[in-house]
Amino acid sequence: MPPLLELVGITKRYPGIVANQDVSLAVQPGEIQALLGENGAGKSTLMKIVYGLARPDEGEIRWQGELVVENSPVLARKRGIGMVFQHFTLFETLTVAENIALGLEPGNAGSDLEGRIRELSRHYGLAVAPQAPVWSLSVGERQRVEIVRCLLQSPRLLIMDEPTSVLTPQEADGLFATLRRLAAEGCAVLYISHKLEEIQALCHAATVLRAGKVVARCDPTRETARSLAALMIGKAPPEIEHRPAESDGPVVLSVADLSLPSVDPHGTALKRVSFSLRAGEILGVAGVAGNGQRELLRALSGEDARAPAGAITLAGQPAGNLDPKRRRALGLAFVPEERLGRGAAPKLSLTLNALLTGKRQSLTRAGLIRQGAVERRATEIVRRFDVRTPGIQAEAGSLSGGNLQKFIVGRELYDGPKLLIAAHPTWGVDVGAATLIREEMLALRDRGGSVLLFSEELDELFLLSDRIAVMFHGMLSPPAPVRQLTPESVGLLMGGAGFEGGVGLAQAH
Amino acid sequence: MLRLTRRTNPSRSLEILAPLVAVALTLVVAAILFVALGKNPADAFAAMFWRPVQDLYGWSELGVKVAPLILCAVGLAIGFRASVWNIGAEGQIVVGAIAASWVALATGEGGFGLPGWLLPLLAGALGGMVWGAIPALLRTKANANEILVSLMLVYVGGFLLQYVVRGPMRDPMSFGFPQSPMFPDPARLPILLDTTRLHLGFALALLAALVAWLFVARSYQGFVFRLSGEAPAAAAYAGFSRAKVIWGSFLISGGLAGLAGAAEVLGPIGQLQPAVSPGYGFAAIIVAFLGRLHPIGIIAAALLMGLFYLGGEIAQMELQLPIAITGVFQGLLLFFLLGADTFVRWRLVLGGTR
Repeated sequence: MPPLLELVGITKRYPGIVANQDVSLAVQPGEIQALLGENGAGKSTLMKIVYGLARPDEGEIRWQGELVVENSPVLARKRGIGMVFQHFTLFETLTVAENIALGLEPGNAGSDLEGRIRELSRHYGLAVAPQAPVWSLSVGERQRVEIVRCLLQSPRLLIMDEPTSVLTPQEADGLFATLRRLAAEGCAVLYISHKLEEIQALCHAATVLRAGKVVARCDPTRETARSLAALMIGKAPPEIEHRPAESDGPVVLSVADLSLPSVDPHGTALKRVSFSLRAGEILGVAGVAGNGQRELLRALSGEDARAPAGAITLAGQPAGNLDPKRRRALGLAFVPEERLGRGAAPKLSLTLNALLTGKRQSLTRAGLIRQGAVERRATEIVRRFDVRTPGIQAEAGSLSGGNLQKFIVGRELYDGPKLLIAAHPTWGVDVGAATLIREEMLALRDRGGSVLLFSEELDELFLLSDRIAVMFHGMLSPPAPVRQLTPESVGLLMGGAGFEGGVGLAQAH
Repeated sequence: MLRLTRRTNPSRSLEILAPLVAVALTLVVAAILFVALGKNPADAFAAMFWRPVQDLYGWSELGVKVAPLILCAVGLAIGFRASVWNIGAEGQIVVGAIAASWVALATGEGGFGLPGWLLPLLAGALGGMVWGAIPALLRTKANANEILVSLMLVYVGGFLLQYVVRGPMRDPMSFGFPQSPMFPDPARLPILLDTTRLHLGFALALLAALVAWLFVARSYQGFVFRLSGEAPAAAAYAGFSRAKVIWGSFLISGGLAGLAGAAEVLGPIGQLQPAVSPGYGFAAIIVAFLGRLHPIGIIAAALLMGLFYLGGEIAQMELQLPIAITGVFQGLLLFFLLGADTFVRWRLVLGGTR
């Protein structure tokens, strides 16, 4: 029997890069196959080609042994291919059932759509309420709506693009159960991820992509996370030793009862956030994306300076209403979520980007930039943090994500801050750069500095943090020492358990 | 089918070449236009662009035209680099001219040991700043679009001028002509070259270009302005206030445009008249972009635009063409410049649907 889907020698070029080069793979019915690779390895491009959103420059797609001549999302759905995207495509103001009806072919919606939705969600353990408006749903619930929408068309192949990046560990387990059930009924699943443990737990086979090319095919259950990582990045990842500390140093940052409505109408308001951070410790903040992390970060950095002065105390000074420059003068450094456009100006040279958050007194004279001093600063950052760049005159936008992140972290650590706030510092960064950034944060802590680390990756938080707190619906759980926590207990908090009665209940937890 | 695709790496040299291509295409179309009008293009070009600059007097007249263009364009360019779109330099010229005239008539004999033209000149700059402050205030307080507000204030300024030359500032001895009295001699700008009209404003324009270059290329604030325009989130992250950049852009460009208006009335005109600027404030927008928002480029672009003004006057006198020919040249140039810039950033591709 021919494979359900077969890709032969697929090549796709975009201006400036080759996204896929001579990629071949085959998927059998009932198989859960992982497509594994780092950010930018070409996984998403390949799936867009399968789903008809992009056209390959070379190569063939075969569906059940037959050559696919014409392809488009409509044709792909007709063949039986469903895809759940990383970014959802639901209308906030409509109900679940209305959203699902919109995604179906005209005339296919049928009269008893709600009944079919209920039946499917019962059969696969996908709890969704057809009458609920989408804006009221959590991210995990929205993903279930997307999956139900695909399942209504009885797919033969389901493509899942990084589905667990928005889920708590418990929600991820629920998803895996659904996918296993689908596979047992003969549906094939192409599962895109860079998370090694879940691929080992879920997938029967894995195709590993690196820089657009297939570098390995393997059975993930017979590999270790380390060997999979080595396949993915081409060398064994260096290891970091977990060494939590308990600090009794002075409090560097304290937040007291901070409540703040969101500037963005679709944002999350902060509700009575309180915590304190001592010198010589790393406090990790876990949470599913969109639970107020972004808003809390802006209130802490000073980009949002609407908080009452006393709600945030930085190095002993009331700082809630200070602008970012004043907070920096008190010893704050900040690595923001977005590297390009916020952490660095893409069209400016590394030299000028080194000036961005530098101390003005030492880098200017009589209002003019001291070229020599700024260049020395940039050169030093590039050297100390091993930033791979043709030179300090290169535009920041020309650097790879990992190298630019090393530059930004280096710049923020350059002036010896008391406190570093880092938002997802290793997101989308290659493993080598991630290790260097993590080591630097530990080194800052060991020197007596403080780090407030926001991350969606529990592994990272458990590896680096001394205490961990969880954000949920704009609230923050009281930080607990990492030895008292497990990924499961943090996962429960990420899902909102213990938050129902507000922070008060969570404190009793 | 034809379609445009973005170039991954727009070439820096093409970017600088684009204005030259635009000028060449403008001249080609102008030649066709002259033929259609029954003129010999070679003769017409010679009359418009060659004969005016055959002697020192011609060059000095070019300097008179260029001064307000440079003053306005270097100010606008500082704002444009910061993505602050002051389209109202023409209005700021007019209000600057009114303010300068008023002070010149009140204090123009001099005094306090100061030259008589100094206070009127400063008043002109202040007037332009006040007119520029209105869009800045509305942008920062009410989030009103500064393009629309500054543009519409051009017309408000124009009506203000019509009112004052007919009302409070009209010369009682003017036999009903809408114009102010002539300014006293000490209030007139010093002449740089004897027997010409080339006045101090030209030197101020070159000085402004030099200071603007220093600001853009070397100063910390220039870096802040550029960052605020190119990467606003990075500027906010670093703690630079967008409101300050908007205010700074409008005060600088408004002040320089006001200075240009003051220099026009205190220099070549010598009194306040119902028309103080033949569209210098709008032409300066073209000059700023033609000069790639760079002070040196702006001087070169202003010379070309000044020649259009000068040549337009000659064409009217010698070729019996309407003065509107200047506007036609400006329009063609802007059209081809925008076109050339598009092709620097985008590439034309034949065929394909995706």
